[in-house]
Amino acid sequence: MADVPLLKVNELVKEFPLGRGLFARTRARVRAVDGVSFTVSRGETFALVGESGCGKTTLGRLILRLIEPSSGDIEFDGQNIQSLRGNQMRRVRRRMQIIFQDPHSSLDPRMKVDTIVTEPLYAIEPLPRDQRREVAAALLEKVGLQPADLDKYPHEFSGGQRQRIGIARALCVQPELIVADEPVSSLDVSIQAQIINLMQDLKHEFNLSYVFISHDLSVVEHVSNRIAVMYLGTIVELAPAEEFSISPRHPYTAALLQAVPMPDPHHRTEPALIAGDVPSPIDPPAGCAFHPRCSHAFDSCRAERPPLIEATPQHFVACWLNEGKGL
Amino acid sequence: MNQKLLKIRDLSVQFHNSEGIARAVDGVSFDLAAGETLGLVGESGCGKSVTALSILSLIPSPPGRIESGRIHFENQDLLALDTEKLRRIRGRDISMIFQEPMTSLNPVLSIGRQVAEPLIVHKGYSKSDALAEATAWLEHVKIPAARNRLGDYPHQLSGGMRQRVMIAMAMICRPKLLIADEPTTALDVTIQAQILALMLELKAQMNTSLLLITHDLGVVAQVATRALVMYAGQIVEEGPIADIFDQQFHPYTQGLLKSMPRLGDRLAGGAGRLDEIPGTVPPTTARITGCKFADRCAYVFETCRERQPALFQIRPGHRARCWLKHYPERRRQRG
Repeated sequence: MADVPLLKVNELVKEFPLGRGLFARTRARVRAVDGVSFTVSRGETFALVGESGCGKTTLGRLILRLIEPSSGDIEFDGQNIQSLRGNQMRRVRRRMQIIFQDPHSSLDPRMKVDTIVTEPLYAIEPLPRDQRREVAAALLEKVGLQPADLDKYPHEFSGGQRQRIGIARALCVQPELIVADEPVSSLDVSIQAQIINLMQDLKHEFNLSYVFISHDLSVVEHVSNRIAVMYLGTIVELAPAEEFSISPRHPYTAALLQAVPMPDPHHRTEPALIAGDVPSPIDPPAGCAFHPRCSHAFDSCRAERPPLIEATPQHFVACWLNEGKGL
Repeated sequence: MNQKLLKIRDLSVQFHNSEGIARAVDGVSFDLAAGETLGLVGESGCGKSVTALSILSLIPSPPGRIESGRIHFENQDLLALDTEKLRRIRGRDISMIFQEPMTSLNPVLSIGRQVAEPLIVHKGYSKSDALAEATAWLEHVKIPAARNRLGDYPHQLSGGMRQRVMIAMAMICRPKLLIADEPTTALDVTIQAQILALMLELKAQMNTSLLLITHDLGVVAQVATRALVMYAGQIVEEGPIADIFDQQFHPYTQGLLKSMPRLGDRLAGGAGRLDEIPGTVPPTTARITGCKFADRCAYVFETCRERQPALFQIRPGHRARCWLKHYPERRRQRG
C-alpha cells in the first residue's frame, strides 16, 4: 500500500490545435504539456511552479481528466484512469478535487453557499435537503465560516472568504487529492496567510495530498514537500523543498529565484537577470527550450533536449551542465 | 537641499454609491522629494491607487469626488487647475504607468504613434521628428529591432514588451515625476525584475522622481528609498525604507511582514504556520470612530476604539498612526 503512489503521471503530453491553418492539413499545434512524469505520495504536497504559459494549469486539469491528454497516462492509487468511463470515473473523481485561483469566477453567483459547497456530493449521491444542509454547515465550520453563511450568496463575501467556500466545496466529497491552481494568488498578503494555514491544517486533519500550482516561489517553498519547476511544457527541475532555494541545479530555477524581490532593503539583488521573454510554445527552440535565454548554453544545449536525470538523491534536473558535458 | 516636488495635504476622496459614502482616501498627507523613490504600499482597497489618480485629477467623477485637500506640485495646486492647464502637465511633467499595459495602450494605434504622441502634443515636434525620437526611445527601453516594430500594434507584443512601450511613452517628455501604479503586478517574476531594473535605470538617467504603488513588499524593499503604508484609506506608517523593514512600529505593518512566506525560511526551520492578521479590512463605507485597525489588532485597548490616533513621530522621518506610541506598556504586556 505504502509503495503505491497516490498519483502517478507518466509521459503526459497535451497538444492543442491552433486555429485553422491556411490548408486544412497544415494545422499548427502547440504542445502545452510535453512529456511530463512524476508521482505524488499520500499526504504529500507536490508543487508545480513556473511562469505564465509553462503548462502548469493544463497539467493540473489533465490530472483530473478535465481535459484529455494527447498521450501518456495517469494512475490514481494504482489504477490507470485513462480508460475509465461513466460511473467508474465518477467514483475516482470523488477522490480528487480542485480549487481554483479566482474565487470570484469559480462560484456560481446565483447559488447560495449551502448549494455551492454540497454540489460535488449532489453529483455523486443526491441527499435530502436537510441532510445536505447539515453536511454544508459542518463543512463551513471546518473552513472557518459561520452556519449563518449557509444562506448567503457569493457576492456577500470577501475574496478570502470566497476562497474558503471553494475549499469547503472541494472537501465535500472527502477527497484524497486536491489540485489547487494558484489558490492564493488573487488574495492580499494578510489573507493569503490565513488560507495557506487553513490548507495546511486541513491537509493534516484529512491526510490530504495537494498538487499545488503556483507562480509564487516563496509560497511554494513554504507549503510543499517537493517542487517541480516547469518551462515550456516540461519539468526542468524537481527537488525537495528544503533544497530548492539553496541549491538550484537548473539555470532557469536559479534565475527565477534570483528574480524574486526579497522583502529586505539591505539585500538588493543585482539585476544580472535572464534576458528576453519565454519563447513561443508554438515554435519552441530546438534542444533545451531554455538555451536562448541561458548564459551557460553550449553546443549540446542547442542540439538535443537534456533528459531529466537524478543529479543527487531525489533531486532531478534536465540540464546538460549536470551531465558532465559542460562547465 | 531636499526640494519637495510634490506635497499632498489632507487629501480625502469619497465615492458616492448606492451603498453609501465610501471614504476611499481619508486625510492623506505626504511629501515627495525631487529624485526620491517613494513606495506606497497596502492591500486592495486601501486607497493607494485612488491617491495616485487624484494627483492628476483622474478620479472618475461621479461617483468619485475629491472632498478636501491640496496637491502641490512645484508650487502650483493641481486641484485648482482647469482642464487645459492640467492637460499641459499630464504626460509632460507628471506621467503615469498602469498595471495592465494591454488596457492602457490604444489597441488600434501603432506603438510608434503612441510613443511619439506626447512629443507632438507637448513639445510641438513634427510627426517625423517625433517618430525618430520614439524609435530611439523604444531602443532605449530595450525593445529588440525597435525600428521594425514602430508599426506593430499592442496585441502583437508580449506583456513585458507592452510595459516597455508604456515606459517609453511615459518617459519620452522627461517628466519630473513618474507615477507607477502596480507596474509589474501582471508580469512574470523574471520579466518583473527586468522592468523594475529598467525603470530605475531611466529614473537615474532622467533624474525623475518615482511614486511606486504596489501591494508587493518585496518590490518596495528592492526599489524604494522611503515607504508609506496605507490601511483603509489612511497612511498608518511612513518612514525610510530600512525603518519600515527593520523597526516597523505599527501592528499592521508588523503583521503584513510577518504573514509573508519568505524564500529560505524552510532552511531556518520555518515551515510551520504563517502569522495571520485575523479578520478582514473594514468596508470603506463603515464609520469608525477609533483606529481603523482596532478590530484586527492584537494590542487593542479602550483608547484605540474611542479616539483615532494621529501619525505620531517614532523617530526622525518615521511616523506611525498608533496609540502604542503613547502607551508602550500595552505592547510589553502582550509580549
